[in-house]
Amino acid sequence: MNEVERTVPATEEGRSLTVRIWRGAQDGEFVSYAVPWRANQTVLDVVTEIQRRIEPALAYRFSCRVGVCGSCAMTVNGKPRWTCRSHVGHVHEDGVLTLEPLRNLPRIKDLVVDMSGFFDKWQQAGGRFSGTATRHDPPAAVDPYSRKRRLADAAIECINCGVCHAACDVVAWKPDYLGPAALNRAWTLVNDERHAGARDTLKRALADGGCCACHTQGGCMAHCPLGLSPTGSIAGLKRLALLEFFKGGR
Amino acid sequence: MDLRLFMLQRLTAAVLGPLVLVHLGLILHAVRGGLTAQEILARTQDNAWWMAFYGLFVVAAAVHAGIGVRNVLLEWLRLPRRLGDALGLLFGAALLVLGVRAVVAVGGAWA
Repeated sequence: MNEVERTVPATEEGRSLTVRIWRGAQDGEFVSYAVPWRANQTVLDVVTEIQRRIEPALAYRFSCRVGVCGSCAMTVNGKPRWTCRSHVGHVHEDGVLTLEPLRNLPRIKDLVVDMSGFFDKWQQAGGRFSGTATRHDPPAAVDPYSRKRRLADAAIECINCGVCHAACDVVAWKPDYLGPAALNRAWTLVNDERHAGARDTLKRALADGGCCACHTQGGCMAHCPLGLSPTGSIAGLKRLALLEFFKGGR
Repeated sequence: MDLRLFMLQRLTAAVLGPLVLVHLGLILHAVRGGLTAQEILARTQDNAWWMAFYGLFVVAAAVHAGIGVRNVLLEWLRLPRRLGDALGLLFGAALLVLGVRAVVAVGGAWA
């Protein structure tokens, strides 16, 4: 395996990749590293190579390496991405990669951010499922083609990688804004007929800092690695907000 | 609070949409034969329809713009919430006073 990786194609012999990586926490600086250019490598491969061969103290997060866990998200050349699913050949700019931690979250060290505020907002948005059935009840018979289930299904695949949160300008401007991931989660629960707390979830999603703060800029939708549309989920919440408004809900 | 302001801003936008179109059409129509103050006042004074139209326009614009300015102040300038509220309200109120004055002056029979 290593032999294959070390083989540099003849046409690209001697070519190297310059990787500028943010070192430090809130205060820090970019440090440049040079690694061999390989025909097939992801940004995460490059970060791993740098940590193993050049900079053992480099901090970054990853787990599955195949786009399932969502823990390796970083800012690559200014855009939030999963590094494990970003081919260097598609994202480099003139042979340079600039890697920073995700935007809109406190920096801990190098490429690692503190995600706790991001997950707290999930809870604030009423993102915790509460069922009404017990293990002795039969499984709920949910019609997969019902309107509400299809709305929930369209948003359900979110894995909380934080890319949309980092892509959102409103999160940057308004620290108390719940953000696209939390509101997307709330939208799935509002449409989940098994969820006992749908009213509470909706109330939280419509509260100050909730869906009404969204400017529909679509950064979340443009950057979601799964192609989900938190923008669409938030638009759905806004439609419910209109009904609540006329009912005198708040 | 956010929900109410959000809805007020959207609803006033919905009101303003057709009003702006009619307003622009009215301007094109009004200037076709040249524009004099006398002509305008002859058309507008003591005209209840005109008063109602621009009265509604002024109210909707004042509410819509006041909320928008508040959002800009809070999100871009990061002003404290109460200060943003107060300045947005002040801006909306100023638009309302200026607008109502203009409607009364141009449309009122006594002008």
